[in-house]
Amino acid sequence: MLSVQEEAFDAGEALNQFTAGSGAAGAVVSFTGIVRDDSGSLDYMEIEHYPAMTEKAIAAMIDEATSRWQLTACRVIHRFGRLEPGEVIMMVATASRHRQAAFEAAQYLMDYLKSRAPFWKKEVGKDGESWVESKQHDEAALTRW
Amino acid sequence: MTGMKMQLDVVYFAWVRERIGLGREAVETEAHDVAGLVGELAAREERYALAFSDLSALRVAVDQELCDFDAPLAGAREVAFFPPMTGG
Repeated sequence: MLSVQEEAFDAGEALNQFTAGSGAAGAVVSFTGIVRDDSGSLDYMEIEHYPAMTEKAIAAMIDEATSRWQLTACRVIHRFGRLEPGEVIMMVATASRHRQAAFEAAQYLMDYLKSRAPFWKKEVGKDGESWVESKQHDEAALTRW
Repeated sequence: MTGMKMQLDVVYFAWVRERIGLGREAVETEAHDVAGLVGELAAREERYALAFSDLSALRVAVDQELCDFDAPLAGAREVAFFPPMTGG
């Protein structure tokens, strides 16, 4: 299940709901991404996306993950728009009978979301504004799959 | 063969959008592939030339599917140009 949304969400509540609906799972893994302010000068982050492509691209990643691993459930929530330091950007949750599939599928989804989901982050702060650049190690992480 | 023009929507995101100064435009093109379209756009004005000056810094999607710059445009309706994605 997939949500691409501007509204804030409660990651704890989302995880509890996911766990309750995860069927015969014996393992649930989740990852929550949070806006961080390394320099202490970030006012907010503006996340842009490509609406016509975003859901299609992420749905394809979820399909691939559920065909590679035996998951009983899978959930991706990703926000766009204006987010302040400390706010939750996104969450991935996976459920499976045993932990390995859930761990691996969550990592797979995160690696692909980083480099293949059409989002772009701009940081706006006291030093002006700048687009977050993609990292070479994020692109390289895809090769392990 | 010249004179075979097709109409496309071209969309731009992130710093590509900012550099060109708009997010979407209808483009009439004779290009057969993405690289040909890039050539036409870059030849228009300085702001386009700047945005397309380093293709290694750009990604492209044809009809919302990521592809390479040699991808054909036959039948395409929308081409998107943007920097490498930073999701997650």
